[in-house]
Amino acid sequence: MKLITVKRELSSPLLRFAAPFISVLVALFVAGFLLLAAGVNPAQAYLEMLQESLGSTYGLSETLVKTTPLIFASLGVSLAFRMQIWNIGAEGQIYMGACGATGVALFSGIENHAVMITAMFLAAFLLGGLWAGVAGVLRARWQVNEVIVTLLMNYIAILGVDYLIYGPWKDPKGFNFPLTAQFSDAARLTEFFDTRFHSGFFLALFCALIMYLFMERTVWGYEIKVIGSNPKAARYAGMRTGLAIFAVLFLSGAMAGIAGFGEVAGLQHRLQHGISPGYGYTAIIIAWLAKRSAIGVVIVSFLMGVLLVGGDSLQLSWQLPVAFVYAFQGLILFFLLASDCFMHNRLKLVRGERHV
Amino acid sequence: MHMTDLLQIQNIRKTFPGVVALDDVSLSIAPGEIHTLLGENGAGKSTLMNVLTGLYRPDRGELLFDGSPVHFSSPRDSLNIGIGMVHQHFMLVPAHTVFENILLALDGVANFFSRRKYKVKIQQVLDQFELDLDLDTPVWKLSIGAQQWIELIKLLVRDCRLLILDEPTAVLTPQESARLFQVLTRLRDQGKSVLFISHKMREVMEISDRVTVLKKGCSLVTLPRGEYDENRLASLMIGEDQIPMWIKPACKYEELALEIKNLSVRNDRGLADLDKFSMKLYRGQILGVAGVAGNGQKALAEVLTGLKEASSGRILAKGKDITNSTAKSSYIAGIAHIPEDRKSIGIAPDMTVDDNLIMKNFNSRAFRRWIFQDRAAIRKNATAKIDQFAIKAGPDGNPIRYLSGGNIQKVIIARELSEKPSVLVALYPTRGLDIGSAEYVHKVVIDGANQGMSTILISEDLDELLKLSDEIVVMFRGRLVGCVNPQTTTREEIGLLMSGEVQR
Repeated sequence: MKLITVKRELSSPLLRFAAPFISVLVALFVAGFLLLAAGVNPAQAYLEMLQESLGSTYGLSETLVKTTPLIFASLGVSLAFRMQIWNIGAEGQIYMGACGATGVALFSGIENHAVMITAMFLAAFLLGGLWAGVAGVLRARWQVNEVIVTLLMNYIAILGVDYLIYGPWKDPKGFNFPLTAQFSDAARLTEFFDTRFHSGFFLALFCALIMYLFMERTVWGYEIKVIGSNPKAARYAGMRTGLAIFAVLFLSGAMAGIAGFGEVAGLQHRLQHGISPGYGYTAIIIAWLAKRSAIGVVIVSFLMGVLLVGGDSLQLSWQLPVAFVYAFQGLILFFLLASDCFMHNRLKLVRGERHV
Repeated sequence: MHMTDLLQIQNIRKTFPGVVALDDVSLSIAPGEIHTLLGENGAGKSTLMNVLTGLYRPDRGELLFDGSPVHFSSPRDSLNIGIGMVHQHFMLVPAHTVFENILLALDGVANFFSRRKYKVKIQQVLDQFELDLDLDTPVWKLSIGAQQWIELIKLLVRDCRLLILDEPTAVLTPQESARLFQVLTRLRDQGKSVLFISHKMREVMEISDRVTVLKKGCSLVTLPRGEYDENRLASLMIGEDQIPMWIKPACKYEELALEIKNLSVRNDRGLADLDKFSMKLYRGQILGVAGVAGNGQKALAEVLTGLKEASSGRILAKGKDITNSTAKSSYIAGIAHIPEDRKSIGIAPDMTVDDNLIMKNFNSRAFRRWIFQDRAAIRKNATAKIDQFAIKAGPDGNPIRYLSGGNIQKVIIARELSEKPSVLVALYPTRGLDIGSAEYVHKVVIDGANQGMSTILISEDLDELLKLSDEIVVMFRGRLVGCVNPQTTTREEIGLLMSGEVQR
């Protein structure tokens, strides 16, 4: 007897829809063993995670606060993935966006709220976009692998921001902490319900809608899909693939940049060390889980938000390390990739009639 | 049942989800015969080959080798009992020498320690068939024809008793094909069996001892030599008694559609793909381009359609210089392109048929409103094209990669012709297509010509060229070496031009 894989033709739509959810459930199950090993009752822990993240106004608001940057960054990453361009650098682009927005907030001296916010938004958009655009130019012009470039540029961005907040931009009244001065009120997004929940979330939903229309309805979205499906065919059809690579990476980075803008304008009101706790990397998982669709990104980002906030509660009440949340994310991605494999293939048990 | 048969294929059935690829196929191969397998694309030839070489396991039916039942669970099993195959795509390591490639085909690491012994053995095989092949040459330096010899020698060194050849002459000149047939005949006389797959009727007539026709997954009939002729076989395959022949109206060509002057194109290795190539194409003319694959035909098509840049020379379309325009502006200038490798450059495989049909003109006013795509118009266009070109597209929203080769080619042709081009550059447009689909492509080209479209038809199928072309030019090493009239020329003449031995 042995197990072989057989190619499946088309899997059913129901299966394709259910697969991510099943993967998450399996990941939960396996993670349960990790919890058990740590001496925690998994059922109790999961229940608490749900309660913490969804069971109260405060919990829900925190979940949405985490969801917001995830949506932005994941939209950017999934846009690039759509064209088979692997932007691994959303993290660095978030930092650059945050840096741009902060520069405007601190030094522009604009007092009008709307003008200030718009200027900060544009600065974040541009800086995030250009940061990724570097990889775009290198890839389009000299076929330099964008995975390496975007990934390595993360370190430059994060350390560059560190330089600013440890050095020239450090708040003189900040007791030597690595952070900038607080933004003026003009540079802050509106907050609601006396929580940290801010209008950036609605901007994220709006961006998701725009992205959906862009990808599914416009001629540019069509071009991106053709290039993603077969770059040679796109060239043969007269599409300017080089330009498209740059444009897509620019937009991808710009979206991640907006995430940085949301974090400084909506939440922290200053630039500080560790402004993103890895949202840019989580975005890669989300883009994959969401099958690169804009609507999917919103749903999965929310689920990830639940996981992050719930994970925080695990740290507080069970003294589990934050690494658990990362392990959990890793498990989800792992099972998701496995489910992809099973979508295209089917396992079959055959009797071992090996020889002639 | 004859106990003397080398291989008996009995009632083989193989299904894939939703498709019956083989349905009750039976045939037998005697020792020392050349048996040809004929059938349209999708008739099940490749599936049958894959069953014989152990890649697929049949759902039902039996294989008898030397009268005893065999079951293959991997290609190795099939090779071990003596069934070997020369694939259409060679399985060679380009950087290694001929000798090393042949060694690789043999079992066991031990071979690498007794190189001398094997070298002698391989040299014997070469001498026996009077093949001139240097064992120490790296494979990438060899012509395609020579590479095919290596594949064949691999099987002979292994003492395979049944040799399966999948369209071996597709890459050969007529002279090389003749040489191959000599060797095959000799192998047959030594008692080896050959299973030969071909689309080319003339070869089938020339070489086969028996012919089996496959149709829609069933073996229709096996005919011994003398009981078949071209008409009989073609009608069995396509199910019609009449092979349509085209009657071309005799007309004079006066209006120049395209002129190429001293065009040179360098390839990636700095060698010339096109070398001072010149030709003229008139309105409504079908110009056949003959030549062994790899003599600059692809470069010619790519430079005409803007995918490659010319290093010198000029291309004039209706007097306008379009030498170094991008694919886009060439298209506007009215040149359509049916590419050689339809799956790798002709389509976006994951996208729907609708989307693939507008790939060239997605930006035209007809398919968009401002920046948005007009899905209704795109859908309407697709319905019309699917209907007009009889494309079997499957359910709506079906990705194009699920279509058969012939239907993919129809999608490409429908798309390329949709903007009423003045010039069509067709690169091997019927390669790998079944006779029905190929006839359809021919009809499209001829209809286009009647309406004033000029066609550059690049093909390796001489019959196709002779049937369609108003004039045939022959390419050799990037140059135009001859220009012949299809009415008066002979295959031999074209063959000699193709091999570069004569120039006219």
